[in-house]
Amino acid sequence: MVGGAGRVTRLTATVGGLVLAAVLILLFAPIASLWGQIGAGPWFGPGDLAAVRFTLVQSLLSATISVALAVPFARALMRRSFAGRRLVIALLGAPFLLPVIVAILGLLAVWGRSGLFSQISLDLGGPRLSIYGLGGVVLAHVFFNLPLVTRLLVQGWQAIPPERFRLAAQLGMGPRAVFQLIEWPMLRAVLPGAFLLVFLLCLTSFAVALALGGGPRATTVEVAIYQTLRFEFDLSHAARLALVQLGLGAAVVLLALGIARPTSFGRGLGRLPQRWDAPRRAGPDAAVVLLSVGFLVLPLGFVIVRGTQGLWAGPEVGLWRAAGISVALAGTSALVTALAALAIAGLVAGLPRGRGMLVEAAGLVMLATSPFVIGTGVFVILRPYVDPFAWALVVTGVINAAMSLPFGLRILVPALAAARANYGRLADSLGMTGWGRFRHATLPLIRGPLGFATGLAAALSMGDLGVITLFAPPDVATLPLYMYRLMGAYRMDQAAGAALVLLGLSLALFWVFGLLGGRHAHRV
Amino acid sequence: MIRPLLTAAVLSFGATLAQAQNPILTVYTYDSFVTEWGPGPAVETAFEEVCACDLRFVGAGDGAALLARLQLEGTRTEADVVLGLDTTLTTQAADTGLFAPHGLTPQGLTLPVTWEDTTFLPYDWGHFAFVYDNTKLTDVPDSFEALLAAEDLSIVIQDPRSSTPGLGLLMWVKAVYEDRAPEVWAALAPRIVTVTKGWSEAYGMFLEGEADMVLSYTTSPAYHLIAEEDPTKSAANFAEGHYMQIEVAGMLAGTDQPDLAQRFLEFMLSPAFQTVIPTTNWMYPAALPPADLPAGFDQMIQPARSLLIPADEIPALKDAALAEWLAALAG
Repeated sequence: MVGGAGRVTRLTATVGGLVLAAVLILLFAPIASLWGQIGAGPWFGPGDLAAVRFTLVQSLLSATISVALAVPFARALMRRSFAGRRLVIALLGAPFLLPVIVAILGLLAVWGRSGLFSQISLDLGGPRLSIYGLGGVVLAHVFFNLPLVTRLLVQGWQAIPPERFRLAAQLGMGPRAVFQLIEWPMLRAVLPGAFLLVFLLCLTSFAVALALGGGPRATTVEVAIYQTLRFEFDLSHAARLALVQLGLGAAVVLLALGIARPTSFGRGLGRLPQRWDAPRRAGPDAAVVLLSVGFLVLPLGFVIVRGTQGLWAGPEVGLWRAAGISVALAGTSALVTALAALAIAGLVAGLPRGRGMLVEAAGLVMLATSPFVIGTGVFVILRPYVDPFAWALVVTGVINAAMSLPFGLRILVPALAAARANYGRLADSLGMTGWGRFRHATLPLIRGPLGFATGLAAALSMGDLGVITLFAPPDVATLPLYMYRLMGAYRMDQAAGAALVLLGLSLALFWVFGLLGGRHAHRV
Repeated sequence: MIRPLLTAAVLSFGATLAQAQNPILTVYTYDSFVTEWGPGPAVETAFEEVCACDLRFVGAGDGAALLARLQLEGTRTEADVVLGLDTTLTTQAADTGLFAPHGLTPQGLTLPVTWEDTTFLPYDWGHFAFVYDNTKLTDVPDSFEALLAAEDLSIVIQDPRSSTPGLGLLMWVKAVYEDRAPEVWAALAPRIVTVTKGWSEAYGMFLEGEADMVLSYTTSPAYHLIAEEDPTKSAANFAEGHYMQIEVAGMLAGTDQPDLAQRFLEFMLSPAFQTVIPTTNWMYPAALPPADLPAGFDQMIQPARSLLIPADEIPALKDAALAEWLAALAG
């Protein structure tokens, strides 16, 4: 049953369709089950309103500040040539792989009440800095999203044909005119999408809000769901909050689909056009780059130094066990992501039109659905039949896999589409079908992107501190949870040691999967 | 060489059999109870010597989280006994229907109050207090009023939703000030450095010098005095009186080891358990004469009044008090 080039075989369609259906069930069945939990209580308590307000305020601030800082940063990167520029641009991708809890530890070391800047401030007779609350949550979100927006903007700048800058120079335009006539139209197209993406990511952010907020002044809806389940055991209340959260997310997705969409993941950035319009004085641009890089690198430096000291003093009991659990969990969940993404991408890549839109919409919906909403729903569904605690790691792994799926799809769909376009007809004419065709005509072409997608999923799952906080059996911990418990007991040295191990393992997993993909790509 | 190996094999087989025959008693408790420096290890050894059983402590979260965990697991829970709730939670816990009456008549209780609860039994108690470093803080408030007036004093407290000391402070303020509680929280709010999720985080911050005072217990200085020979920590004695915490344990209705669970509760009030408490949990044992307390405990402050809101009045009071607290601190 071979279809023509550009058509999908029945097998691919069946497998892809089944996997897609499974993902949709995973996303929506929990929400349906939560509807059933809703009792007669009022929809909003005063605490809930405060949580919604705080969630919106922090998302708005985080997105605004990330975008506002990213514009001068990206602009400086795209009009100045300096040593290490490529390294800086490569580093912009790093926070994506960074476990949130590790970043929080680093941020505490720099901005915390006994951190670097507090000490400097105290030495100068100033007050201690207070990182807990709105300020800390926004700070951490900017730390994660400034690089993301900067990357998107660098891509935007790169998409401007270099000829336009040359023409502007010929016409004698200054920086101001170039900004107004060339750069501003690009920013106007890219920024709304970038803003909404950051807004959406911050809306459902959990670990940051739990570690740096959580007090009555700074509770997000996601943290409120966690607290309701963990301390009050009020399923009905949790379900209402989960739906409020979903409603907020859906509203943002609708807005995002209505406005420009952020461009796809790009690798191989860094081409710098000749810029005649850059002001002669490079000082301001240099300051912007130095401050931004310092802001991003300093916390990581602290984690590495303190972590080395912590490990040197002797690792804590349970560290290696937690590390083992996490590696197994991340590896398995990454493979599930890769297989599911491959199955769905096979289906989508064969669709003639609208496939970009479809993937984009599905991805955004998955980003808007918080893991806690799913976790809560899965819990409610499972409870009558099995002990949900015994299945905590499995549930966590499946949810982690689903959360990485949008990224896997974005990477694999273009790769599969290209493979099909280039070699599809040849494979058809040779009568290659099924596994043999996949093994010899498809896999070699997509091995690199497949390795990249799997590595990314592994790193994301490795660093995840989400549903596991609620459902972990008392004697089982993933590495991020183990680290969070140490921080909760204020044992910062041991936590720093665990952070270094977590950071190392996340990067190692990403690197190993990338290598598996890369090496095979070379062999073929 | 074959004979010793065989003997070893038979012996280890015998040991496995003996273990398999020993019933397992699972006790859910808070995390700090089971740490190596907590009461858990010593209690486990002492009980296993007399019970012909395998006692398993499981750290399942603190305070309200411990109870929520139990509700989450419902009748599926493996727990036979829960140890570590306090009187601000007992009524709510009893209402879940998950607990069975203890069926015991406790003898020799040394609590400052009489005990009539038929579901839960106390194992230790203490008074909440603000602890400070007596080498740094000179102008120590001697009452709640003085604390409210000392506007430059920073404190760190725990979240009443997740921590029993945090909930204790909520009740303390309510017991002293009743309807004026919202004003008190409004006055305290600017001086609260942060609200932590649990006791150890708050106490750690205090030890790092991030606040002048921390909400803890009158007996906390005993830890520094006895375990670290460090006399620099003291608890402030408040004229209005100090709110009490009574920590309790209860057995579950669904336990498959009801006799063993009851024996554990009995053991809990015997000297073998009670003498472990002062220097591991740093609280007053519930059934041990004051004369038997270790040296150092005599230096702890003695509150002029013990405050305790009866357990059955707590649920009606708690939600309103929590709403007031949230309103004052969320602003």
